[in-house]
Amino acid sequence: MQITSPTFKDNAAKALADAQLQKALGNVRAGFIDKRQKAADALPEFEALRDAARDIKNHTLAHLDLYLETYAEKVEAAGGQVHWAETAEDARNRILEICRRLGAKTVTKGKSMITEEIGLNAFFEEHGVTPVETDLGEYIIQLRGEHPSHIIAPAVHLNKEQVEEDFRRVHTHLDPSRNLDEPTSLLGEARAVLREKYFQADVGITGANFLVAETGTSIIVTNEGNGDLTQTLPKAHIVVASIEKIVPTLEDVSQILRVLARSATGQDMSVYTTFSTGPRRDEDPDGPGEYHVILLDNGRSAMLGTEYQEMLRCIRCGACMNHCPVYHAVGGHAYGWVYPGPMGAVLTPSLVGVDKAGHLPNASTFCGRCESVCPMRIPLPKMMRHWREREFERNLNSAVARYGLGLWAFFAKRPALYQFATGTAMRLLGAIGKGKGRFAALPLAGGWTRHRDLPAPEGKTFQSQWAERQKKMKAKAA
Amino acid sequence: MTEASPSGPAKAPRVGLFVTCLVDLFRPNVGFAAVKLLEDAGCVVEVPQAQTCCGQPAFNSGDRKDARDIAEQTIRALENYDYVVAPSGSCAGMLKKHYPELFEDDPVWHGRAERFSAKVFELVSFLADVLGVTSVEASFNGSVTYHDSCSGLRELGIKGQPRKLLKSVQGLELKEMKDPDVCCGFGGTFCVKYPDISNKIVSEKTRAIRDAGAGTLLAGDLGCLMNMAGKLKREGSAIEVRHVAEVLAGMGDQPAIGEKAKG
Repeated sequence: MQITSPTFKDNAAKALADAQLQKALGNVRAGFIDKRQKAADALPEFEALRDAARDIKNHTLAHLDLYLETYAEKVEAAGGQVHWAETAEDARNRILEICRRLGAKTVTKGKSMITEEIGLNAFFEEHGVTPVETDLGEYIIQLRGEHPSHIIAPAVHLNKEQVEEDFRRVHTHLDPSRNLDEPTSLLGEARAVLREKYFQADVGITGANFLVAETGTSIIVTNEGNGDLTQTLPKAHIVVASIEKIVPTLEDVSQILRVLARSATGQDMSVYTTFSTGPRRDEDPDGPGEYHVILLDNGRSAMLGTEYQEMLRCIRCGACMNHCPVYHAVGGHAYGWVYPGPMGAVLTPSLVGVDKAGHLPNASTFCGRCESVCPMRIPLPKMMRHWREREFERNLNSAVARYGLGLWAFFAKRPALYQFATGTAMRLLGAIGKGKGRFAALPLAGGWTRHRDLPAPEGKTFQSQWAERQKKMKAKAA
Repeated sequence: MTEASPSGPAKAPRVGLFVTCLVDLFRPNVGFAAVKLLEDAGCVVEVPQAQTCCGQPAFNSGDRKDARDIAEQTIRALENYDYVVAPSGSCAGMLKKHYPELFEDDPVWHGRAERFSAKVFELVSFLADVLGVTSVEASFNGSVTYHDSCSGLRELGIKGQPRKLLKSVQGLELKEMKDPDVCCGFGGTFCVKYPDISNKIVSEKTRAIRDAGAGTLLAGDLGCLMNMAGKLKREGSAIEVRHVAEVLAGMGDQPAIGEKAKG
């Protein structure tokens, strides 16, 4: 997809002015935070599970080559095929090859952020294959020609009324006078429309929440059951997953699953947790005739051994964005690429370059709420700061910012000069501001005073008053 | 307060006050309130002149070199005290959590930074957790609401301490706001780099503050306080804004932040 992260500021300004969006973003705050807290509080070992989950992934990443090879062997032993894809282009081409060989016209898709990352839908359309998103949220945004604004709730930026409008616009074969007031009626209609598509599809594509090295199994968690129909009904099931989705054993998966849904939606478990190992066996009542796994790197192996390696622990629960004040303010599309919120602010520069995505790690107050809820204990603010360091080293931040910072640092490193200069400046500023106690506007402070007043300083600095106090005390003592 | 040791009464702890640049420049009253609280609790307080800022603007802008230079300067100025106390969770968090991180690859300074950071505390948590202060001699006539600043809350675990001490202030009524633990949108340079987003976040915060129905807003970080005070004043609100130390020290009769002197 086209990246608009370089214009983050403009994207954000538009998002802030969009009343519909602002209304919908209220649902993020209301919908996720309390539920996660309740689920975490209800499980005494939740914090210990977070530690265990972190340790499992750290171990896996330290031996990733080994586990990837084991996984691939197991997939092939179960009759599946593994396709290693170094780039997004490699992945797209391999997928298209499989579809062409099977003569696929229609492809159903379960929710997959990796297929967003490789721009699969647009690629399919260019090559005469029709992709059909089967997750309700994904289906809605596909109808609208949009991208997900959230990694687990792709249509969270929309209100019910907008969805009703889209359904009436697209589902013209249905009675125009039907009642779509309730969310359940929208869901029912989408289900009925999609049911047909499952049977038309030649290939079903899903992502994977986990790939299990021990068994060669891919796992998806969903709440709608769409993933199961997507992967069992067509001739072939293609799993598209990035390399860091590997975990060693089923036991490891069961530990991480216990923090995943709780952190994401506040559920103990998602409604469906589906394990897929290879294609249909002779004795199976159903299942795909072919089972393929596209293992995508796309920049991830380059993160190994760097200060960004910990980001590869991410299990895509979305808790960081659900708790992010910046995400709450501007929504996911403003971030300008596939991954929004704090995890996107770290991952996007890693995958597309900090020269394009530099705004993302900067647009953070470092409030730390993301790290405090991350089930994998990823130090997100610390890694955003590392991106700022890379930018600073490469002179990517603005000349004005660098000049201001340099001037400030010059004084901050010279205490005597600093105290003389600030003492003078504050006396002056204090005298000017004395009448009102605050400034509504001040030269060079436009960034501050555009939206708020600047409280005036008292006048004399603490250090100058303290020096006077010390002098008086000495005089008294003498 | 101080425990007697076998060799006689323990000496009063020597505290080096890290004033913080915003308190030094904008709100010296907070510094004097901190000194009063520490002296009332039996500490000897000194304020070395060789301090300026904790270095966060450089550190958070990716300028590690200047951040390290400033950190070295701060450590040199304050490392010989028994304790180093700052009236700010954000600056104390920088000294305590991030200084050692800054010197991760420096065998000499890393140890020095770790020894230093072990002595560093934010003012209110120092009073409550280290000195065991359970009440203060102060009165305040009115209702207050308390905002948990992010660094203090999430880096240093400051939440119960200020509330506990505020409850001992005579005449003070605490009215909690909704989501007191959500960021106010200040974020240091963030608020001027992304003013529109910062404005949206602080607007949500001031709504919660107004809905709490208290006459005064308190917090433990001057950056957040100036941000929230500036927004409340721009909105025409009469809510007064003060640093929690000023109220705890019984020095809450100064003009509030962003207010002119009365009379």
